[in-house]
Amino acid sequence: MSFGDAIRIALGVVWSQKMKSIFSAVGVFVGVTFLIAVVSIIEGMNHYMTDKFAGALLGVNTFQLSRRPNFQVGNVSDSTWHAWARRPRITYDDARAVVSGIHVPIMWAWESQTSSDIQYRGKTAARVRVLGVTDQYFALKGWNFAMGRPFTAQENETGQPVVVMGYDLAQKIFGKQDPINRTIQIRGLPYRIIGVIESQGNIFGMSLDNFVAAPALSPVKRFVNRPHVLDALLVKGTSITDMQAAMDQAEAVMRTRRHLRPTQADNFTLETASGVLDFWSKINQILIIALPGLVSISLVVGGIVIMNIMLMAVAERTREIGIRKALGARRRDILRQFLVESATLATVGASLGVGTGLGVAWIVTSTTFLPARVAPWSIVVGVVLGAGVGITAGLYPASRASRLDPIAAMRHE
Amino acid sequence: MTNDTIIRVRGLARVYEMGSETVHALRGVDLDIGRNEYVAIMGPSGSGKSTMMNLIGCLDTPTAGEYWLNGTEVSRMTDDALADVRNREIGFVFQTFNLLPRASALHNVELPLIYAGLKTADRRARAEAALRRVGLAERMHHKPNELSGGQRQRVAIARALVNDPSILLADEPTGNLDSVTSEEIMAVFAELHGQGQTVVMVTHEPDIAEHAGRVVTLRDGLIHSDTLQEAA
Repeated sequence: MSFGDAIRIALGVVWSQKMKSIFSAVGVFVGVTFLIAVVSIIEGMNHYMTDKFAGALLGVNTFQLSRRPNFQVGNVSDSTWHAWARRPRITYDDARAVVSGIHVPIMWAWESQTSSDIQYRGKTAARVRVLGVTDQYFALKGWNFAMGRPFTAQENETGQPVVVMGYDLAQKIFGKQDPINRTIQIRGLPYRIIGVIESQGNIFGMSLDNFVAAPALSPVKRFVNRPHVLDALLVKGTSITDMQAAMDQAEAVMRTRRHLRPTQADNFTLETASGVLDFWSKINQILIIALPGLVSISLVVGGIVIMNIMLMAVAERTREIGIRKALGARRRDILRQFLVESATLATVGASLGVGTGLGVAWIVTSTTFLPARVAPWSIVVGVVLGAGVGITAGLYPASRASRLDPIAAMRHE
Repeated sequence: MTNDTIIRVRGLARVYEMGSETVHALRGVDLDIGRNEYVAIMGPSGSGKSTMMNLIGCLDTPTAGEYWLNGTEVSRMTDDALADVRNREIGFVFQTFNLLPRASALHNVELPLIYAGLKTADRRARAEAALRRVGLAERMHHKPNELSGGQRQRVAIARALVNDPSILLADEPTGNLDSVTSEEIMAVFAELHGQGQTVVMVTHEPDIAEHAGRVVTLRDGLIHSDTLQEAA
């Protein structure tokens, strides 16, 4: 019997017993659905983290100098926290010294932030991110202006009460009105809007547009941070090598300023996007390690279900097996017939699982902030795993069928 | 052994172990059946005729003795080799038809050809020809439960013939049929025999055995009588 004949017979059987086939393949179906959906979401997150999160929050070829890590998540011991809390803050003088101590071409900006309500003619926008930044901040972040312009170095130095705001926030406050040159109140201080940044979208459901950015030396300095202190100095190199060099130079300047001996560790933090990505890849690894466990549980269950169904099928079709043997079917013909049948059953289940998994991924993408991306390899793995489970589960029933005695089998009712 | 001997059996014995009991179903049978003979094997139940039929049909192997089928010794073959012999040399017709219930008449007739390794188009053509030969050209795509008993047995006969076997081996072929249909089936057998087919039929009904040209009667695992007769 040829392989094609075996598949045709198997499909016929699977089709003629649709309900039974669906139930028997349900384990494999669930396993593969899960595999595809989870892998798609992990892949999507991966893409998101590398392309968007790291890029949007820290930027390419950018490092930041701050008192303690911003993106350190995971296991941090109490003593580490306390040590971080005891660290000196980064001062304006630190930032100026670092910038003048870097001898490769860079862009740099200060950043301090807090959260505050802002008002416009009695309307209030609650919990807006208020940034105190320097003039190169927007260019460094790669933000484009939808309207207006960034503030200048001079406006920063002289502490002009001008402000640049995010797109969503501008929409929320002004609607269709032109926000440029209108004056908003930040903690009672009047600020003139000079620019609006294009929409940045959101990260994990948080809008990236809900901010106002004023010159670091303008009156916001009184509440975005303590006097003469900033949250972070952002430095962007023109290449990864430049950034590395700049980071080394910044570290040297800071260590000198802090009078650290060679044996002492840094009491400040230099962070890059790749640092954030390291953290993500840790999560990713955990997911990737946990995933096979979860998937294999449902596949093992699926395999046992299929094995039982196939044993039942062999029992139900004992007579058929006897007839086939009497007509010249060899052991391997019967073996192949039942193996192909269980593999077909499992593969059909797996294929439906692939479809449903893709559907789940699509639903997740379109209804939540979680991005999903289909990994083509996961489809291949899903189908191959499904077929493999089918073949494995079919081995024992098929070998039992193939060893039946034709006389006894034909007498079986 | 001449070229015209299809079945040559010497000292054929079959012993079954049923728990602690030992049953001697056949106790040493010698039998020759020539090409284009029409033989009925008769005997009361327990006489060993079913065992004889299983051995002749290569569904079982003897405990002792030799069996030459069409010049080849088959008594010591492996299961898979026997499967090939059954496929090529023997066309079975059973009392209970033994058709696959979910398959069409055509597919049932194709089955032996599948195991013979024929291509789909060849299979189709030969199965259709076999069904036409037994007068079922119009009902090829019907399933067994859409056919009458006589039609089912015709399908079984078509299936038995489709591989051009050396022997047509029938086990109580009319046992599940009424007398009119039985006569029809016997007419088909007679016609096939007339076309040169060797037919071996196991039956316990004397009026069915009458259709054969030779009647071998078994009793207690031995041949009791072996007589030629004028076919009815």
